[in-house]
Amino acid sequence: MVSRVSRREFLATAAVGSFLLGFRVGDAAAAPAGTDFAPNAFIRIGRNNIVTIIVNKSEMGQGINTALPMLIAEELEIDLRRVKVQAAPVGAAYAHPQAGIQFTGGSQSVATEWDRFRKAGAAAREMLLVAAAQAWGVDRASVRAENGRVLGPGGRALTYGQLVDRARTQPVPTDPPLKDPSQFKIIGKPTRRLDSREKVTGSATFGLDAAVPGMLIAVVARPPVFGATVKSVDDAGAKAVRGVKQVVAVPSGVAVVADSFWSAKKGRDALVVEWNEGPGATIDTDALEAEYDRLARTPGAPALRRGDADAALVGAARRVTAQYDMPYLAHAPMEPLNCLVSLGPERCEIWTGTQFQTVDQANAARAAGLKPEQVAIHTMFLGGGFGRRAVPGSDFIVEAVHVAKAAGAPVKTIWTREDDIRGGYYRPMWHSSLSAGLDAAGKPVAWKHTIVGQSIVENTPFAGEIKNGVDGTSVEGAANLVYEVPNAAVDLHSPRSPVPVLWWRSVGHTHTGFVVESFIDELAHAAGQDSYAYRRELLAGQARHLGVLELAAQKAGWGTPLPAGRARGIAVHASFGSFCAQVGEVSIQDRAITVHRVVCAVDCGRAINPETIRAQMEGGIVFGLSAALYGQVTMKRGRVQQSNFHDYPVLRLNSMPVVEVHIVPSTEPPSGIGEPGTPLMAAVLGNALFTLTGQRVRSLPLVRHGFESA
Amino acid sequence: MTAFNVNGRAVNVTGDPDKPLLWVLREDLNLTGTKFGCGMALCGACTVHVDGSPVRSCVTPITAVEGRRVTTIEGLARGGRLHPVQEAWIEQDVPQCGYCQSGQVMSAAALLAARKSPTDADIDAAMSGNICRCGTYQRIRAAIKQAAVRMGKGA
Repeated sequence: MVSRVSRREFLATAAVGSFLLGFRVGDAAAAPAGTDFAPNAFIRIGRNNIVTIIVNKSEMGQGINTALPMLIAEELEIDLRRVKVQAAPVGAAYAHPQAGIQFTGGSQSVATEWDRFRKAGAAAREMLLVAAAQAWGVDRASVRAENGRVLGPGGRALTYGQLVDRARTQPVPTDPPLKDPSQFKIIGKPTRRLDSREKVTGSATFGLDAAVPGMLIAVVARPPVFGATVKSVDDAGAKAVRGVKQVVAVPSGVAVVADSFWSAKKGRDALVVEWNEGPGATIDTDALEAEYDRLARTPGAPALRRGDADAALVGAARRVTAQYDMPYLAHAPMEPLNCLVSLGPERCEIWTGTQFQTVDQANAARAAGLKPEQVAIHTMFLGGGFGRRAVPGSDFIVEAVHVAKAAGAPVKTIWTREDDIRGGYYRPMWHSSLSAGLDAAGKPVAWKHTIVGQSIVENTPFAGEIKNGVDGTSVEGAANLVYEVPNAAVDLHSPRSPVPVLWWRSVGHTHTGFVVESFIDELAHAAGQDSYAYRRELLAGQARHLGVLELAAQKAGWGTPLPAGRARGIAVHASFGSFCAQVGEVSIQDRAITVHRVVCAVDCGRAINPETIRAQMEGGIVFGLSAALYGQVTMKRGRVQQSNFHDYPVLRLNSMPVVEVHIVPSTEPPSGIGEPGTPLMAAVLGNALFTLTGQRVRSLPLVRHGFESA
Repeated sequence: MTAFNVNGRAVNVTGDPDKPLLWVLREDLNLTGTKFGCGMALCGACTVHVDGSPVRSCVTPITAVEGRRVTTIEGLARGGRLHPVQEAWIEQDVPQCGYCQSGQVMSAAALLAARKSPTDADIDAAMSGNICRCGTYQRIRAAIKQAAVRMGKGA
C-alpha cells in the first residue's frame, strides 16, 4: 500500500489517539467585555465600533495575523485596516478542527480555518443585519451590510457599534450563508500586512520583550553532549558575579538567576559543571554517515511497494545508482528561545512565542504540578518559528517553568545564540540510497529508494503517526513518488540517537525534495534528455505538477540562451497540499556560486493574499538556499561543532537572488504556503551546478565540496 | 556611572561597566525595540545609531557611549511622523516575523543618511551585516531604493 500520509492527516489521526485525551482542556475563549458583541470565539465588536479579531494561530512571519482577519473582514463587511488583532488564549474553541489541539504548523492555518473564519464573520454579519431590521421594524431582506454599518430603506444607517446590544441577543446562526467568490472584495487581493507598523517602529512585542514586576532573568548551563546529566557544580564563581541572585538545579542543567541577562550570562559562564556524559559523548557525524550508508544496504520498513522494483531493475537496459547525504540542521530563528514564567500556588502564567499551545499547556502544567486549565499562555509575536517552537516535549517552556519554580520568583529564561545552535531539536541527518533502471528509450522502469534517518515523532505523543514501522514524516515526498515509474520501492530505516530531532520548515520534504529532484535529473542526463522535458513526460496526468512546472519553465525562458557562464536548474515538488516549481539561474567563478535569479511558480489553490504568498515563496527560497549552501550541524565526541552565525552561516542580502513568483490561478481550496517554497532550492542549485561543472552534488551543504557563496 | 543621550533624552546608568549597550537599552531603559540575536555582532538585530553611525549594541560596552548620542528604533520617527525608511518598509510589505527589522531599518536609515542614492553595491555593503532568517532581502533592497527616491524629493 502506498503511504501517502501528510502531516495534515497525521495530525488528524493524532486527534483520535491518546494524545487528544491527554491534552484537551476546557474552553477558555477570550473573555469578552460585558457590553461587547461576541458572537463566537473569534470576533468581538465594541460599542465604540472597534472590531477585534482573535487569531488562534501564532504569527511567526507567515502573515496569519493578516490572512485570517481577511477572511472575517470579507464576510463581516468591515474595513480590514481598522481591525484589532489579538492572540487567542489556549482553549478548545481555538483548536485545530481535526487535530483537536491548538497549534501552528504544517502550513495549514488558512487551509483549516478557511471555512471557520468565514463562517464566524458571516454569522456576526447576519446577527447585525437581523438586529438592524428589528430596530427599524423592516424586513431583513431590505437591509445590507457595508463597511462596518448596516444600511436600510430610506437611507437608514446604523454602525455595528450602535447595534451591539441588539445583536448580542440574536440567536447565532449555525450555517450562515457565505459569499460567492465572485463577490470577494478582500480575499484574493494583494493586501499589505496588518502588523508592519509595529514591526518597523520597535513596538511589536516578542517573547523576549515580555516583562512582569519583580522578574528575574535566567541563563541555563546545558549539557555539552546530548543526554548528559550534572555530576557536580561549583557555583562559587557564578555567585560572585554582581547581580546573580541564585544558582538552581533544573532537570535540563543548572540555571543562573540574576537581575539582568548580562549578569545571568556572566554567571553562567563562571559556573564549573562536571557532567556524566553518557553515550551521547560518542556521537560523531562522520561515523554516523558511514553507519547510515551501511544501514541503507539492508532492507528497511516498506514505505512504498509498486510493482516489482527488484525484478524490473534486473531486467532494465541500464541502471543508475546514487547516494545522497544531508546533515543535521538548526532552525536558528532570529529570536533566540525564551520564556517568561510567573508561577503561583494555583496558577502559572507563561509569556512566550510558541507554535504548540495545547501541548505546552499540558507539559507546563505537569512541570508546575498544576492542572492544564491553571496554566495560561500569552502567545507573543514569534521571532521566527520554522518548527523550533513546536516541540512535543515543550523543552524551552518546561525548563522555564522549572527555573521559576526553583527560583520562587517570576523568571524569564533566555537562550543565547550558542545555546540555540547547540541545543538540538535539529532537522534529522538523512541518507538516501537510490537505484533506477531505465529502458532502452531512457524511461525509468524501476525505482528503489532507501532512506535512513531518525524519526521525529518516535517517543512523542505523535508516535501514532508511525505505521508499520514507517514514520510518514520521514518519507513524505518520496513514498508518494509522482513520476510515472511502474515499479517502485521505498524503504525506511529509523535509527535511534540521543540527538533530539524536530520538524524543520517543510519537514521530510527538506530531504526528499532534494533527493528525488536531483536523482530524476540524473536519470534525465543518463537518458540524454532535457531536464524539463524528461520531467514533463513522466508527470503526464499530474495536472497540478505540470501546471507549475510549465509555468516556471515558461517564465524562466527554459531553453533560451543565457549569458556565458550561466546555467539553469529546475525542480518541481508538491508539499502541504501545494505544488511548486522553481528554475534558478546560476553561475560559478572559481568555486564561488552566484544565484542570479529564481523563478517560482506555485499552485496553492485559491490565493487568499497573493502578497503573502509571494513573500512566503521568497522566504522559503532563502531558507532552502541557506541550507543548501552552508547549513550543517556536525558533532565530534558528541560536541556540536557550530555555535553562532560565523560557523552556522545563513544567506545574507549580498547573496540574494532576484526572485519572481507566479501564482497559478485556482478555485481549489486554499493549501499551504509557509513551507512548500523551501524544499526545491538544493536540487535547483545542484542541477544547475551539474550543467556548469559536470559534478553532481550528492551531499549538502555545498561548502563541503569547496564551493562558497559569491 | 555612564551619562549619555538616548533619543533626545539625557540618561545616567549605573552598574556593570562592561554591560553591553543592548542590554542597558532593553533592561534599564525599557527600550525593547532593539533586539538580541547573536551577541557577537554577526546578525545586526541590535543595530542602533551612535552619533549617527550604525553600531552593533550587543558588543558595545555601555562605557563606550559616555557622552554620546544614541538613537534607537523608538527614536527614529520624528514628531509622530515615520522615517521614510519605515514608510517604505510598510509599503513594500517588508517584515515577516519582524524580529530583525528594527536592526534592518536602523542600518538602512544610516545608509541613506550617508548616501542619498545608494547603488546596489552600497546596499550590499551596508546591509549584509543584518541577517533576516525569513528572507525579506529582496523587499529590503526595494524599500531602500523607494525611501531614497522619496528622501531625494524632500518628502
